[in-house]
Amino acid sequence: MNPRRKQRLFIASLLFLGLAAGAALILTALDENIDFFYSPTEILHGKKETGLKPKIGQRLRIGGMVKEGSVVRSEKDLNVTFALQTNGDVVYVTFDGILPDLFREGQGIVAQGHLRSPNKVEAFEVLAKHDEEYMPPEIAEAMKGIKHEKPQYTAEQLETLEQKKSY
Amino acid sequence: MFKFLHPYAKPEAAFDLSEKIYRYTMPIAILFFLVGSIWGLVYAPVDYQQGDSFRLIYFHVPSAVWSMGAYTTMGILGFCALVWQLRMLELAVVAIAPIGAVFTALALATGAIWGKPMWGAWWVWDARLTSELILLFLYLGVFALFYSFDDKRTGAKAACILAVVGIINVPIIHYSVEWWNTLHQGATITKFAAPSISGDMLWPLLINLTAFFIFFTALTSYRFSTELLKADSHRKWAQQILLKSAK
Repeated sequence: MNPRRKQRLFIASLLFLGLAAGAALILTALDENIDFFYSPTEILHGKKETGLKPKIGQRLRIGGMVKEGSVVRSEKDLNVTFALQTNGDVVYVTFDGILPDLFREGQGIVAQGHLRSPNKVEAFEVLAKHDEEYMPPEIAEAMKGIKHEKPQYTAEQLETLEQKKSY
Repeated sequence: MFKFLHPYAKPEAAFDLSEKIYRYTMPIAILFFLVGSIWGLVYAPVDYQQGDSFRLIYFHVPSAVWSMGAYTTMGILGFCALVWQLRMLELAVVAIAPIGAVFTALALATGAIWGKPMWGAWWVWDARLTSELILLFLYLGVFALFYSFDDKRTGAKAACILAVVGIINVPIIHYSVEWWNTLHQGATITKFAAPSISGDMLWPLLINLTAFFIFFTALTSYRFSTELLKADSHRKWAQQILLKSAK
């Protein structure tokens, strides 16, 4: 390789490595600020690195697994409460609206709302965070014992949604 | 080591090669695409929780994977173009940029269409989606920079520098779902472990992944040959080809 090319190779590599190191430092510094949501553990005990806990009244997102047997739905309207858990830490979520089709006990959920008490979130949006596994229904039933059914609503319940919209 | 590449620094030779690659790869890409898509859309079983919506995977994953693959290719070519100052490589970089941008836009669009019924949102600002959007802007930036200078070589140099720098974003996209909390799920197949998808769903996906790769190769060759012809339109070899196709 001639000396001019060698020099350009050196400069280009230096430029790339320098900027890569810069990007790595920025991302490390931002760290948990890039997280999309708090886990129940982080809401109860604070972020892992900083120990920072969300304040009461703060608007935030919480993500975790819906605890088995924790879903309580009102028969008359769209109100629902459920518990989200990770590593045994549990935070309760209340929500007044239509749940996503993928909602079920054991499913990953990300809810956005306000922290009302140290372990209660009043959500105004509930999103489903499914995992990366795909399989036919028969296999899911045989292997995981899951038979997914999307949340059903009665005409009466959906009427309350229409009323809310008209306000 | 790369002696066999030397003849292709000559524009005529590079043009002939790219034309040939395009002619042979395009039909194969279409064949693979048809087989993978029909298999995936009609014959693959439904997913236990997502039902038919999961079939978007057959377009979303290949376009997303090759949006990153195309960028890596473009970045490496850009790096070599900067070091060896080869005009052919500079043209290859600008040939790839809009194709990669379309792959990225396709990944974002199919992702949004998939996200609405499954997650409940067209778009969220999580690390995966945001970094993929940045990739789209990088592609558009490379393309725009190339044509932003009156002097073509200056523009090419600027575009190559951006292409090289942008490679940093590729591992960020890939690992975003591991490094941070995201709404987007983790990797199903692009990981060092058994794929988390059942076999009869996996095969059409692998075929479409191959199809998109060959499609990318074909389109790049085609765009490269036209960019080359345009850049050399004042030269004799290019004028001969243009005259021949005009007849």
